[in-house]
Amino acid sequence: MQLVGTVTVGSGGPSTIEFTNIPQSGKDLLLLVSSRDNNQRFYVGLNGGAYTTFSFRRLLGDGSSVSSGSSTTITVMSTSNGHTGNTFGNAAIMITNYTSNNNKSISVDAVTENNATLAYQMIGAGTSNATAAVTSVAVGDTIFEVGSSASLYIIS
Amino acid sequence: MSDTPVKIVIDLSKPEGEREQILPLTPEEIAQREIDAAQFAQEQAEREAAEAQRQANKESAKAKLAALGLSDEEVAALLG
Repeated sequence: MQLVGTVTVGSGGPSTIEFTNIPQSGKDLLLLVSSRDNNQRFYVGLNGGAYTTFSFRRLLGDGSSVSSGSSTTITVMSTSNGHTGNTFGNAAIMITNYTSNNNKSISVDAVTENNATLAYQMIGAGTSNATAAVTSVAVGDTIFEVGSSASLYIIS
Repeated sequence: MSDTPVKIVIDLSKPEGEREQILPLTPEEIAQREIDAAQFAQEQAEREAAEAQRQANKESAKAKLAALGLSDEEVAALLG
């Protein structure tokens, strides 16, 4: 597994973090995100922005109940900037066979942090409607707080 | 100062130290943000409504069991 890029938000509150021109030298992609943001969630997108249509299903716990759901976007829960200070959520996003010409399978495993009952745990999986090799991955549609980070790994 | 949201782009084809750029979102990206936010708000409202209904059903069941003569401890043992 090789780290190919990492970024930590220093200032400016970016809406999106996007890795472009991903080397086509591996088999799978693993994106690790440590985040604190204003929307308590972010989206994952492939090839050209934060927005691609997916068929995605997820299980979600919020500290007092559980639910399941489906969506055409991949929503990943993130620690809210209204929750306990200096805490961050963690998310692992796996994209398998990213250089293939098949629909891309994606799985998500994420937790958020809060010194209260309300904190999220989610797992989800889905496929994209896109078949082209993945050359860019983005997480966004929120405002990331200072200290949030994203790291992209290639698994050979 | 502009309120246009920005994104960090990490171009992996460039040498380290030259990869990061901060760029404004395009109008299309901004429009999509609004669509996604609306969808998420709807999903969240549905989730909260389902949870509220579940709680209401639980309280109703407790009341009916109590009316049958079960003690609070017996109701708690049944409902967990």
